[in-house]
Amino acid sequence: MGNENGKAVPAVCWFSDCNKNSVPLVGGKCSSLGEMINAGIRVPPGFAVTTEGYRQFMAEGGLGKEIFAGLDDVDHTDLKALEEVSARIRASIEEREFSPRLEDEICEFYRRLGQTCCVPAVPVAVRSSATAEDLPGASFAGQQDTYLWIRGADDLMRHVRKCFSSLFTARAIAYRNRMDFAHDAVAISVGVQKMANSYAAGVMFTLNPSNGDRSTIVINSNFGFGESVVSGEVTPDEFLVNKISLEAQARTISCKQVYYTVDRENHRSKLFDLPAERQSVQSILDEEVAELAAMGKLIEKHYGRPMDVEWAIDRDMSAGSNVFILQARPETVWSNKKKEPVSGAANKNATQHILGALMAGRKFQ
Amino acid sequence: MGMKFSNPHDLKSIPGTEGWERMYPYQYQFVTDDADRKKYEDEAFWFYDGLHYPEPLYPFDTIWDEAWYLGLSQYNTRIFSVPPVYGVDHRMVNGYIYISPVPVKDPKEIEARVGDFMERAGYYYENWNQLEKKWEEKMKGTIDRLEALEFKPLPTLEKMSVVTDAEGESSGYHLLKSYDQLIDLGIQCWQYHFEFLNLGYAAYVTFMGHCQSIFPDIPAQRVTQMISGIDVIMYQPDEELKNLARKAVELGIEKSLKASKRFSDVRKELEKSNAGQQWLKSFEKARYPWFHVSTGTGWYHHDKSWNDDLNIPLAAINIYVDKIKAGKSIDRPMEEVRRERDRITAEYRDLIENDGDRATFDQLLATAKTVFPYVENHLFYVEHWFHSVFWNKVREVAAIMKDHGFIKDIEDVWYLKRSEIKDALWDLVTAWATGVKPRGPQVWPKEIEWRKGVMEKFRAWSPPPALGPAPEVIQEPFTIVLWGVTNESLKNWSDVQNAESLDSISEFKGFAGSPGSVEGKARVCRTVDEIGDLQDGEILVSPTTSPSWAPAFAKIKACVTDVGGVMCHAAIVCREYGMPAVVGTGHATKIIKTGQMVRVNGTTGEITII
Repeated sequence: MGNENGKAVPAVCWFSDCNKNSVPLVGGKCSSLGEMINAGIRVPPGFAVTTEGYRQFMAEGGLGKEIFAGLDDVDHTDLKALEEVSARIRASIEEREFSPRLEDEICEFYRRLGQTCCVPAVPVAVRSSATAEDLPGASFAGQQDTYLWIRGADDLMRHVRKCFSSLFTARAIAYRNRMDFAHDAVAISVGVQKMANSYAAGVMFTLNPSNGDRSTIVINSNFGFGESVVSGEVTPDEFLVNKISLEAQARTISCKQVYYTVDRENHRSKLFDLPAERQSVQSILDEEVAELAAMGKLIEKHYGRPMDVEWAIDRDMSAGSNVFILQARPETVWSNKKKEPVSGAANKNATQHILGALMAGRKFQ
Repeated sequence: MGMKFSNPHDLKSIPGTEGWERMYPYQYQFVTDDADRKKYEDEAFWFYDGLHYPEPLYPFDTIWDEAWYLGLSQYNTRIFSVPPVYGVDHRMVNGYIYISPVPVKDPKEIEARVGDFMERAGYYYENWNQLEKKWEEKMKGTIDRLEALEFKPLPTLEKMSVVTDAEGESSGYHLLKSYDQLIDLGIQCWQYHFEFLNLGYAAYVTFMGHCQSIFPDIPAQRVTQMISGIDVIMYQPDEELKNLARKAVELGIEKSLKASKRFSDVRKELEKSNAGQQWLKSFEKARYPWFHVSTGTGWYHHDKSWNDDLNIPLAAINIYVDKIKAGKSIDRPMEEVRRERDRITAEYRDLIENDGDRATFDQLLATAKTVFPYVENHLFYVEHWFHSVFWNKVREVAAIMKDHGFIKDIEDVWYLKRSEIKDALWDLVTAWATGVKPRGPQVWPKEIEWRKGVMEKFRAWSPPPALGPAPEVIQEPFTIVLWGVTNESLKNWSDVQNAESLDSISEFKGFAGSPGSVEGKARVCRTVDEIGDLQDGEILVSPTTSPSWAPAFAKIKACVTDVGGVMCHAAIVCREYGMPAVVGTGHATKIIKTGQMVRVNGTTGEITII
């Protein structure tokens, strides 16, 4: 790689410095996080170990050569051989130390991330972020690899390497051999992002899912992680917010019996009973409802279509910087419906429309 | 299935009021001795017009009810031929008005009315601005004739000029004639009142319906906000007060304005200086017509105008003077309001996904914006200006009746029907002409005493919100816009109706008039005289508000009213000030007490006593 526009290509960079042109460097996932940040959408802060970082890691100490030798010859139909070679390669990647220079650089970003979040050794999510070349085989390339609640520099380094090694699962090797892709041409980036330490979380639709009204934003929320809302284990609080004025037009506070929060023992989220006195308490503040809705509006504008959003209110961050968007995907149910005009033919004059309205009247019952 | 309310024929007279029917027009009674009529009354849906009549009707005040009964109905049925609906029928129970929109039931008849509607309504929509200008001239002519009417005491001997000018008419005849003219001008004014209103509401309902089909969740207040005028004359009386406050500060006479709460004292004080006289001149200029603004809705004879009680505008001017002295702006944020209106409109428009719907939106918005100024402005001409002058002319007639012993007090005149006044005037005039004692003084004071007792009993009775079977569809534009009759509104009315006592209610609902939610201390002001008690940051709870209440809005942080829809004065002003309002709650002034902490949610229409 080397130079791009005369600047040194970084081995590590902040999400906020990424954009849609950064895919070859930081992969699809991290570049889309950068896009969101640039559009004013707040996501948990973090950084990417870039494909350049990966290449440096592989080059340093001749790790690449060691691995790639003979790899092209493995028969992509021989599952046993594939598993053996994958296990060998992955082990050697995961055991190999970073060079002090690269390790220092990643650790410095990690330290500064902790500072930003006011949490030393801040827990992070470590995810592989596949680049464009891998996209057809994205699922093989370990795109799904996600390690949550990683804490401390040593653990971080270990999991970054785990993500690197995910480029060499048996299926990924077989895929590249079958497609005749060079193993040393692909690279992977790793995203390191603050774990949303949710006080409350949930989902948001930038239209009303019950009637398709695009002037409404619907927010569902519960205490803890969004899991309880997404999985349907609780009836969440529901807020109907006017997209234009950002005011709550209706709110339903439900009785929420359970919630998820982190179990520090095994770094997993765990289901807990919600104490009786909190069950019928509104899970997010009115101000947070308004802030979320404002962000929903931005997200819809950014993607140019109605979206489904996962979000969290982070307990580590202070008000005004604690509402985080975790994920956004296009809404499909209403968006894929054919839009018939509600008022019949549009070429009527005003009196004809008024006549039509008078004839229809208002349903009373 | 349909909601069913009690049958009107099952309602009983209140003991001690038997015979009350003679206080009102005979055709207002629910009857059982006419099989056809009874069947029609049984099958129709009647709802209590609490919007206009929170209290039982005085016999004289029935004039406006009959006037709008005629006016509204004739334009639907006979003039514009609104296809699916005729007029709105009226009945009365224990002094309270019940109304019922009359649908056209035969589909062939509906079809047959379409052509005429298209031609006639189309003509008005297409020539709206030009016709509205004509309306203003007609209306001003009617008001001019009203103001010119004179009611003078009857002389012992007519002036010599009656002889020398060969007038050939007496003062007695003139009294009868002027009274007829007075009543006639009132009815004429209400003919004009509805000339544009039915079509105005129809255009508004259509735009509202279009918005709601695209955006099922859109609050009515947002739709209104998109079409509301900014330079409407309803704001003018308040603007006059602000100008007078500014002028007082400019002239350095603002201390004199506080010399007393009584305007007559302040006037004496001001007359002592040149600057004071200059200010008084501006004050007199502002009074006509702007101080004809009523302190109520203008519907009732007891609604005073500013001109009736100059202490009211004086108090209001002083509120503005205080603001100016405290360095606060009293200007209406016109630009801001306009910008916000345009932003809301543009954002909704951008969310419309279908090009055809967007074109219809643009077209209906333009029509609604054309018709809406009338919907807002007619109120000043009719309910405020005309009515304020009219009530005082009736008082001039009453003064003559009092002189002749027909009534004990001028305010007793409202206990008589207008036809009874005419009868009494005949009695009075013929006796005067003949030189004998009239019969009236032995008849009317006794009858009025009895009627006062009846009205007391009426007041203590709670009218049920509706009678008869509810229909499935409402097509009459007024019923939708003005009364906001919906399942929910009827349920809310009957909930309050059925509560064991008003003290037990801590949560109730009205129409969401202006968005936002605040908590604060309530102050109940039953009349505009009481707004002087308002403290900064309180929540105003009142039966209704009118432009003459405007200064109150400079102090409060939310407003709650008993009466009104999303287009009522309180809702419009609160939207402009950006403060929450819940209107049309039915009984807020009875439920809430001054000093209570309340939460007002103008986005959902909910009120909570904390």
